[in-house]
Amino acid sequence: MEAFDTLVLILASTMRLTVPLLLAALAGLYSERAGVFDIGLEGKMLAGAFAAGATAAVTGSAWAGLGMAVVVAVALSLVHGFASITHRGNQIVSGVAINFVAAGLTALLGQAWFQQGGRTPQVSGDARFSPIVLPFTEEIAAVPILGPVYRSLLSGQNLLTWIAFLAVPLSFYVLYRTRFGLRLRAVGENPAAVDTAGISVTWLRYRAVIICGVLTGLAGTYLAIAQSANFVKDMSAGKGYIALAALIFAKWKPVPVMFACLLFGFLDAVAIRLQGTPVPFIGTVPVQIFQALPYVLTVILLAGFIGTAVPPKAGGVPYTKER
Amino acid sequence: MTQTAAAPPAIELVGIDKSFGQVHANRDINLAVAAGSIHGIIGENGAGKSTLMSILYGFYQADRGDILIGGQKTVIRDSAAAIAAGIGMVHQHFMLVENFTVLENVMLGAEGGATLARGTAAAREELKRIEREYGLDVDPDAVIEELPVGRQQRVEILKALFRGAEILILDEPTGVLTPAEADHLFRILKVLKEQGKTVILITHKLREIMAITDTVSVMRRGELVATRRTAETTVEELAELMVGRRVLLRVDKGPAAPREVRLGVENLTVRDGRGVTMVDDVSFAVRAGEIVGIAGVAGNGQSELLEAIAGIRRPASGTITLGGKSVGGLDPAALRRRGLAHVPEDRHHMGLVLPFEENENAILGYHGAPEYCRGPFLSLDAMRRDAKAKIEKYDIRPPNCRLRTANFSGGNQQKIVLAREIERDPDVLIIGQPTRGVDIGAIEFIHRRIVEMRDAGKAILLVSVELDEIRALADRILVMFAGRVVGEERPDCGEQTLGMMMAGVSGGQGASA
Repeated sequence: MEAFDTLVLILASTMRLTVPLLLAALAGLYSERAGVFDIGLEGKMLAGAFAAGATAAVTGSAWAGLGMAVVVAVALSLVHGFASITHRGNQIVSGVAINFVAAGLTALLGQAWFQQGGRTPQVSGDARFSPIVLPFTEEIAAVPILGPVYRSLLSGQNLLTWIAFLAVPLSFYVLYRTRFGLRLRAVGENPAAVDTAGISVTWLRYRAVIICGVLTGLAGTYLAIAQSANFVKDMSAGKGYIALAALIFAKWKPVPVMFACLLFGFLDAVAIRLQGTPVPFIGTVPVQIFQALPYVLTVILLAGFIGTAVPPKAGGVPYTKER
Repeated sequence: MTQTAAAPPAIELVGIDKSFGQVHANRDINLAVAAGSIHGIIGENGAGKSTLMSILYGFYQADRGDILIGGQKTVIRDSAAAIAAGIGMVHQHFMLVENFTVLENVMLGAEGGATLARGTAAAREELKRIEREYGLDVDPDAVIEELPVGRQQRVEILKALFRGAEILILDEPTGVLTPAEADHLFRILKVLKEQGKTVILITHKLREIMAITDTVSVMRRGELVATRRTAETTVEELAELMVGRRVLLRVDKGPAAPREVRLGVENLTVRDGRGVTMVDDVSFAVRAGEIVGIAGVAGNGQSELLEAIAGIRRPASGTITLGGKSVGGLDPAALRRRGLAHVPEDRHHMGLVLPFEENENAILGYHGAPEYCRGPFLSLDAMRRDAKAKIEKYDIRPPNCRLRTANFSGGNQQKIVLAREIERDPDVLIIGQPTRGVDIGAIEFIHRRIVEMRDAGKAILLVSVELDEIRALADRILVMFAGRVVGEERPDCGEQTLGMMMAGVSGGQGASA
């Protein structure tokens, strides 16, 4: 029974840790499927977290925080779009620049405005997205297996968690069942085909990076005022890169992206759980090993087990009409 | 009859003019194409054909001039406007999404609603109807990358017809096709014409113009120099109009005087990276003073054969001899030192480094030769002097050895490669696709050079997918099919015979293509 309780705890922790990965990976999915590589997920998430934390602290409204996070992340997305779509710049350089700007600027502004060493003030109540307790949680809590699972995994999740997981089937529908999705997939493979079909490549790609911005804004909001209660310097801690790994791992497909993120979230949860506790037969394992696992796993699995992940063919290549 | 005579032309261009900076791509073009006809536009690379068609399809705006569609003045601001005006275009490089199905590609841009569900069913029906009507024979659910190029091209035609095109422009449509696929395409074009569609065919192949068009216009250096009824003109006249001077279409050469064997290939087998046998137990010899041509549809092992002889690809078994000595396992540089020169099939991929300056490419592969070096350093003076001499001798234009190689036209790039390989005075010259994407004027020059090499006693192995070229140059023709040499013919044998052998129908072995 104790093992079961531990498992449920780890799974609950997995859910919480998966949400920012999932939102960021889906963000990357839209952008990269449209042919715009985005290594700046990390920076946009961080900037979104800062905007959410700061706005929530000042206004006391979680919704205002969310709105500001989305505005800031979309603004950075548009910078990326302006550099890489309009001006046909190098998408990696632009993304890295956004990461640096976000890391530096959030710490600087945080210190200048709140004088708490780059943090934003702690918020509570309406300034956070609190857990949504589903009905009958207490009534069935005593039921074995089902009770704890319902209480820990389904009930008590906040709004953003629901949004993140509902975004998966929604993204599947958008990508494979709508006109926009067909065009989005096409523009990432062969923008010239889209152009000659009389569709604007530029506008299509801008819409993709805007969606990317919205989703990274949500991811940042989750970090600052749903999972935590304030913004902390560098709180995205590489999640944007793990999200990219998940995206590659899942071959740029929405449902596999969810499973990849859950796997990485699970590894993270296990790492936290095992911190300082000895593993049977092995002894205490340095926590860094678990933190490195997502990357190691991606490399190993891509190298031999799931075949090559073929990125969208036009990914990273700015579109120029041929002369 | 009076009705058709009074009908306005399907498309009329009046005084179209377009410049890109210094380059005057189109000069005062006037052209009228009758509805329900097939009109050819012919000209060398860079004559302005593609620019003109891009203006029609809304890729560029003309600086001056009007476009009339069915007698109505029409402004074509972008591709969407061209589609709306009933113009469809089949591009030289297909505009298809390779991992999409045929149906998805056809629907792209004409989905029939924000969600796909309803439009898909309707599109499938419409696609079937068009397919039947024009005999296109394409499976709507096939994925593009799994289709042969000929079928991919038909998807492009389907796309245009699905969007209601009345005028279909085809840009160099046969460049990627086998002769059989090209014939199929021409049958489709004839059906299109019978159904009242107007077809504009852009090409640099005179034979196609003569075979299929009703009328033809010739472009030269941005100008439309003549329009003729095809029935009233000749290949010679069109060639002269294209180049601006008389062109020798046949290669002038005397009989070959073959001597000792210079290049020997025995029981050669080559496998590709996947382990598929591409060259299967091939044996032949090339003697000094003769040109041996290898004919065949692209992809039947010719490329792998060339690469094996050039030392780029290691054969699985068999021997290659140069001047009687086995050279198996030598790398390209060592082979070059032993007198083998190689003009690769794909000059962009293997023959040249496009961002390099012309003079750098002119010595590539021979850059270790003492005449280009001063100690461990390259002698820029020597390189440029050498490049200038070659530019003069091969009439490479523009005559500027400091220009980036990418800025030369296809024909001039090919001359750079040829000059580099021929001027080292090799004993054995192997050449792949000597005139692919090269203008008529330059073809004549390149062919003459190759024959001169032969007359100077060199052994020459020539691989080309252009049957005419093989027949014009080679003293003996070997035909490759499915990795094997299926026969040897003399160049004066019938085209029919070669065609059958290329399709694998020969010598009683009834393999089908």
